[in-house]
Amino acid sequence: MARPASSALRAATANRLRDGAVVFRTVTGGWSSRIEDAETAQGEAEAARLLAEAERDATNAVVVGPYLIDVEPGEDGLLPLSLRERIRAFGPTTPMVGVEALPYL
Amino acid sequence: MYKYDHFDQEFVDRRVTQFRDQVRRRLAGELSEDEFKPLRLHNGLYLQLHAYMLRVAIPYGTLSAAQMRALAHVARRYDRGYGHFTTRQNIQFNWIRLEEAPDALADLARVQMHAVQTSGNCIRNVTADQWAGVAPDEIEDPRIWCEIVRQWSSLHPEFTFLPRKFKIAITGSPNDRAAVRVHDIGLRMHRNAAGEVGFEVIVGGGLGRTPMIGKTIAEFLPKQDLLSYLEAVMRVYNLAGRRDNLYKARIKILVHEIGADEMRRRVEAEWENLRDGRLRLEPAVVADIESRFARPVYAGQPADSAEVAALKFRDKAFGRWMQANVVPHREPGYAIVNVSLKPEGEPPGDASAAQMDALADLADAHSLGEIRVSHAQNLVLPHVKLVDLPSVFRRLQEIGLAADNIGQIGDIIACPGLDFCALANARSIPVAQRISRHFADADLGHEIGDLQIKVSGCINACGHHHVGHIGILGVDKHGEEFYQITLGGSVESDASIGTIVGPAVSSADVVGAIDNIVRTYLDARQGEERFLDTVRRLGTTPFKERLYAAA
Amino acid sequence: MPLLKNGRIVGDAWQEIGDDAPLPSDGAIVVSLARFKAEPDRLAGRDGALGVRLRNTDDARALADHVGRLGLIVLEFPKYTDGRAYSQARILREELGYAGELRAAGNVLLDQLAFMQRCGIDAFDMARPDAELAWRKALGAFDAFYQPAGDGRATVFEQRQRRLFEQRAEATWSGTAG
Repeated sequence: MARPASSALRAATANRLRDGAVVFRTVTGGWSSRIEDAETAQGEAEAARLLAEAERDATNAVVVGPYLIDVEPGEDGLLPLSLRERIRAFGPTTPMVGVEALPYL
Repeated sequence: MYKYDHFDQEFVDRRVTQFRDQVRRRLAGELSEDEFKPLRLHNGLYLQLHAYMLRVAIPYGTLSAAQMRALAHVARRYDRGYGHFTTRQNIQFNWIRLEEAPDALADLARVQMHAVQTSGNCIRNVTADQWAGVAPDEIEDPRIWCEIVRQWSSLHPEFTFLPRKFKIAITGSPNDRAAVRVHDIGLRMHRNAAGEVGFEVIVGGGLGRTPMIGKTIAEFLPKQDLLSYLEAVMRVYNLAGRRDNLYKARIKILVHEIGADEMRRRVEAEWENLRDGRLRLEPAVVADIESRFARPVYAGQPADSAEVAALKFRDKAFGRWMQANVVPHREPGYAIVNVSLKPEGEPPGDASAAQMDALADLADAHSLGEIRVSHAQNLVLPHVKLVDLPSVFRRLQEIGLAADNIGQIGDIIACPGLDFCALANARSIPVAQRISRHFADADLGHEIGDLQIKVSGCINACGHHHVGHIGILGVDKHGEEFYQITLGGSVESDASIGTIVGPAVSSADVVGAIDNIVRTYLDARQGEERFLDTVRRLGTTPFKERLYAAA
Repeated sequence: MPLLKNGRIVGDAWQEIGDDAPLPSDGAIVVSLARFKAEPDRLAGRDGALGVRLRNTDDARALADHVGRLGLIVLEFPKYTDGRAYSQARILREELGYAGELRAAGNVLLDQLAFMQRCGIDAFDMARPDAELAWRKALGAFDAFYQPAGDGRATVFEQRQRRLFEQRAEATWSGTAG
C-alpha cells in the first residue's frame, strides 16, 4: 500500500532491552508498549530527528534495534500500515495454548 | 538416558555463571548489541518480534520426566504458560525476558539442561531418530554417538565462528527418521561386509533457500574415526566456506561449488593430520559414555493383549488412535506411543505447562520416565506396555492430546511464521489451523492416510516445506500474504524436494487449494497408494490443471 | 597498538613493514606472506627477528618449512564473526609445531579470548584498559574442556580415562579387584 511521501506519518519502534517487549517512543522521550502513546513524525525532517533520538536510546542500552514504521490514524488510535507491524503492536493472531485455561486440567 | 558426570554438570553450571555476567554487562551498557549478539545466540536467545525467544536444547530429542517438569516450570515462571517443540527436537519459549534468562537457565542446569549452541554460527543440537533405542528396525542406538558428538562440539574453540550454522543428524536405522540427507552432516549407521557397524558420512544437505540432498563422502567410517573425521570436515568448511554472502555460506553451497569428489579429497587431506591423534575414539572412552546411558528395564510382558484388541474394536476413537499413533516396539509386549501436539485447530507443536506436567506424570507412570521429541513437532512416549495403552489413551484425552492424526493431514508442521518470527514474510500458524479445521473429520483424515503438510513463513524454510508431501511457502506480494504450493517432497530415505505446482494462491484461497489437491488425489489414487506415491506416479500436472482450472 | 600477552598489557616490539617499504637492516619486523615468499634471501640475511602476517585467506601450511625461524606470526580477525584464523592457529601450533608468538589482530572481543587462547594464540591486539581483568575472567570461566586444542590441556575424555585407570589401579592395590 503506497502512500505519498508528504503525508507519511511515522512512529519509532524497537524492542526494550531488558525484556524484549515491543515499544514505541513517546512524546515525552520514553518508551511505551502501547502504540497509542507513540509520538508521530510527519515528513522527512521530523522522521530523521525521531529516529536519531531512538538510536540514542539504543546506544544507552534502553532499547534494541529502533526503526521507523508507517502508521495511520485509526478509529481506536494509531494503526501500523503493514501486517508485520500490526502483529508487533497488537500481538500474535493465533490463540496461545495455556493462556486461556484449558477447562479439563 | 545419559547421566551427567561432574564434568558435564560443572560445564552447564559455569556456562550459566558466564552468561549471567554477560547479561549484566549488556544491561549496564558495557557491551553493545553487536558485541552481545553472538554471546546470546550461543546461549539460544533470539530477539524476535514480540520478545526474546529462548531455544532450549533437548539433546537428540530425549528427556526425562523431571526435565519435562522443569520445562513446565520455565513456561510458567518465565514465559506465558506454554512452549513450542521444534523440528530439530528442541523447545522454544517465546516470551522470555533478557534480565530473567540467566535464572531460567540456572533452573534448567539443575536438571542437566541448557541452551548452549542452539543458535549462532556454530554446531547445533545433534538430532537423532525419535525412536532410537526402541525401533524394531534399528541396527544400533545412535544416541551414544550423538552424545559423543555433542560433547566434542560443545564450546569447540575452532568452530564457534563458522561461516554459518551447522546441523548434524545421526540415524541408526535403515529407515531414516532423522532426515540425515538434508543436514550439513548426516551420519547413517550401517554394517559393512564383515558385520561391523560404522558410519556413512553425508555432507551438504539442507533446506532453506537452496534445498539440496547431501552427498556421500565416506561410505563406511569406523567408529574410532568419527570425531577426527568430523573435525576434518569442519576445518575444511571453516576455512573454505563462503563468508561474502550470508545466503551462500552453508556447507551445502561449498559442496555444490567444488563437487563431492573434491570435498572428499580435501577432507581426507585434512584428516591425514588428525586421524590417529587425540580425537581417536578408543573403545574404553566409548564404553565410558555408554555406561552412563541408563538402559530401560523392561518387565516381561505378553506379546498380545486380548483386552486391547477388544477395545480397538469396541471404541472407534481408541481404534483410530492405535492405528495412527501407536507403532511396534522392539521389546515384545511394549509399544511406542506418538503423542500428537496437533489438536484440531490449535497451533502445531505447542504444549501448555499443565500439559507438560501431565505428560511427565504419564511418562513416570507408563514410559519408564522417558519422553522423546520428534521431528514433526510432536512427542513420543517410548516405553509403553501394551496393556497400559487404554489408560494412556484416556489420560491423553483428558489433557487434550489424543488427536489420532500422526502422519496424516491433521499432523501439520508449521514454523512460527509472521506471528512470532522477525524473519517471516507471512503467517503460517493460522494457515495450519484453518487446514486442520477444514479436515477435522477423523475418519476423513484416516481415509486420506499418510499426508504430510509442511508450512514455512519464509524462504528460510524452518517448516521444511521443501520436503513436505504438500509444502506451503508464505510469501509477501505487495503487502499481502500469498502461499506457494509444492508437491512431492519427502524427508525419508527416499528424500526429494517438492515441485512448485503453480502460481501462489491468496490467503483466502489456500484452504480451498489444499482441498482441491486432496480431492484430485482421492479420485486418482490406485489401491492403497499414498498421496506421495500418487504424485510421483502422475507428476504435478493433473494437480495443477485441476487447481488452476477455474482461474 | 598495545598487546595483551601472558595476561599483561605490554608494548609491541615488532615493526610492521609494508610490501613496498624498504627493509630496515636490523630490528624485529613483520612482513606479509607475499613478501616473505618473494624475498626469502633478503629477509634471511638480516639481523633481527622475523615475523609474518597471514591474511585469513592465506594457507597457513605455506609456512610449513619456516616456522622454526619465525619469532612472530600475526593472524587476522577482520570481523569477529570471521573465524578462519582459529583454524590457522591450530594448524600452526599443532601440525607445524610453531613455537613463537602467535598474535590475534583485528576485531578481538573480550569474550573470544578464551577460544583464541585454546587455539594456541598467546598475544592479542588489545587497546582496552580492562583487558588484564577480562583475560583473567575469560580464562577462569571454565577449567575443563571436552575437545583437544592447541593449549596442551587434557580433555574431559582424557581426564575421565585417567580417573578410571586410577580407580582400577587403586582397586588392584587394595586387593578389591577381581
